[in-house]
Amino acid sequence: MGKRVGMEVAIAVAEAVGLCDIDMAAVYPITPQSHIAEHLSDLVANGEIDAEFVTVESEHSAMSAVIGASGAGARAFTATSSQGLMLMHELLPIASAMRLPICMAIANRAISGPLNILNDHTDIMPQRDSGWISMFVENGQEAIDMSIIAFKIAEHKDVMLPVNVNIDGFQLTHMVEPFEMPTQEEVNQFLPPFVPHATLHPAKPVTMGAFAMSDYFAEIMKAKDEALKNSKKVILEVWSEWAKLFGRSYKPVETYKSEDAEILMLTMGSMGETAQMAIDELRDKGIKAGLVKLRLWRPFPFEELKAAVKNAKKLIVTDRAISFGGPGGPVFSEIKSALYAENQRPLIYNYIYGLGGRDIPVPEFVGMFEKVLADKTGQLVDSYEFWGVRE
Amino acid sequence: MNIVENFDLFAPKLINKQELLSSGHRACSGCGEVLAVRLMCKALGENTVIAAATGCMEIISSMFPTTAWRVPWIHVAFENTAAVASGVEAGLKALRKKGKIDDRYIKVVGMAGDGGTMDIGFQALSGAMERGHDMIFVCFDNEAYMNTGIQRSSGTPMGASTTTAPAGKVSSGQKTWKKNMAEIMAAHGIPYVATACPSYPLDFIRKIEKAKSIKGPSYIHCFSMCPTGWRSPSNTAISVGRLAVETGVFPLFEVEHGLYRVSPDMPKKLRPVKDYFKSQGRFRHLKEDEIDTIQDRINLEYKKLLEKEKCLKTGNAQKITEVG
Repeated sequence: MGKRVGMEVAIAVAEAVGLCDIDMAAVYPITPQSHIAEHLSDLVANGEIDAEFVTVESEHSAMSAVIGASGAGARAFTATSSQGLMLMHELLPIASAMRLPICMAIANRAISGPLNILNDHTDIMPQRDSGWISMFVENGQEAIDMSIIAFKIAEHKDVMLPVNVNIDGFQLTHMVEPFEMPTQEEVNQFLPPFVPHATLHPAKPVTMGAFAMSDYFAEIMKAKDEALKNSKKVILEVWSEWAKLFGRSYKPVETYKSEDAEILMLTMGSMGETAQMAIDELRDKGIKAGLVKLRLWRPFPFEELKAAVKNAKKLIVTDRAISFGGPGGPVFSEIKSALYAENQRPLIYNYIYGLGGRDIPVPEFVGMFEKVLADKTGQLVDSYEFWGVRE
Repeated sequence: MNIVENFDLFAPKLINKQELLSSGHRACSGCGEVLAVRLMCKALGENTVIAAATGCMEIISSMFPTTAWRVPWIHVAFENTAAVASGVEAGLKALRKKGKIDDRYIKVVGMAGDGGTMDIGFQALSGAMERGHDMIFVCFDNEAYMNTGIQRSSGTPMGASTTTAPAGKVSSGQKTWKKNMAEIMAAHGIPYVATACPSYPLDFIRKIEKAKSIKGPSYIHCFSMCPTGWRSPSNTAISVGRLAVETGVFPLFEVEHGLYRVSPDMPKKLRPVKDYFKSQGRFRHLKEDEIDTIQDRINLEYKKLLEKEKCLKTGNAQKITEVG
């Protein structure tokens, strides 16, 4: 059952992708993603994987090249961070509209300005509506698992959509962690060869990326929406298959001590493990606190989220990004709108924290809980707060 | 002893009969560009994959749910055509090597207009050429953003009136010299660069065929007459293209492994540039002295080209090596 190894998460992600028989990768260097690109090119240079590694001149060209390769029928991979992802932005909805099963690792990092190289989620949030399947991981093991799982979901005939796996930059990518690395045989057993629907090959000429005006455009958009919504079924199937083979099961919404919790916190990504320690501390003090971790960002898991929070009195939604001049953090507004029609719903609070790599240790999480617990108004809160920010 | 260089046999009846770009597309009447694309497809043959930029040729040929393309074709965006083509090439190469597709040789071709090549597509093109992909990139240069309504680009010639650099009471249209894209590509040190024009179909086809036969990146800059944008009658596309060549406005040449060769279609003596300007509304406002300035520049550029050919032609390659 795999082999126990200890290595840097970014390198492990490249190793995991290397187990997936990729045909082509195009990656442009950017901190903190670069270790993925470097290790992947090592694997190619040493003949450990049989793939074309295209050293593109920008992230825009990285995404363009993987679109081209995927269109040709190749299993294609890329990775990026921050400004690189922003540069790719234009092409992300095109990749999903063309139904190309590209997989991308994102080492999440703050976007400029000012320039910052450390972790938050401001890079992925502007990509929310690009039509990609988008998931977050909490630790190295999940990063490896999702990097492999992503291909199987993306290439499933009922999905055919690109997938991005969000791995917190530095806080996760640059950690050395112990984990179980699947063997090549295991991955071969799990991941079948990619059978593309249509390819750019003279044997059967097709036109990809045609020009569509008002008579067809809306239908194409609806089809994309349906495809993304329907992908959840396959995502759940693939996760359950993974659990059978590897013993690690994943859910769109993970919970920790939430069943009887009166106050819940919602996190995404690596902050979950720290928040979990805060929950233990609060439980020791007799406070019925629990945690909800959102793994699947798109398609949004409405049912699972509603079920996870319905019995709580208060819910603290944490955000590592902000919609300037808007309702607060992007996760906050999603959660609020998801619960709008529910008769039974908690009071929701929003803290924006951990921007640009700002560290949030356990006592800070405890502090958020204490502040919310102290609020006895029982009123809906319709605002957000930057946590731990100097005035 | 006289040595016949680059001997090729060409006759119209040898041209591929297949129409890989079918009729029924939506190009303007008299479009020189779509004619060039049609000839390009004939020269390439069916074992071709085309990546196209956003632009005239994309919208006129791919109106969903119809298509004019009988070769595999992909359009992604405006500025990234060369990157898309490089990805297609890398993907096909890997799949062929791994035995996942049949073992036929497929040429990948990127195509874009002057904007998609010289302006917004410049970086992606430079990157793809530098990386050495086995692909052809063809720039169909109609000297402005015609698809969006005749706005100036870095391919617009000095003095031409466009909708964003119009001739007016205090302006004579384009204030800058046209970017010399073929030379920039030659400076990348790629195996093959050529200029061509569909008014010289045999020369154009031969150059595409040569690019096709070369392993590695090649670049063809195709002068593409646009009667709509150039304000000339729609039956003049071919003659305007011929005048561009005969006046030296757009000289036909090729650079193979760094060695220059001016095409035999070039006249011994250039015609005056005013002959070329005459039939086009975009140059109508130019005054005598402005035409003279442009004429001087054409003479200089053409002289430079002939000098390069003299110094850097096949016969002189040996001497250069010795000097080096």
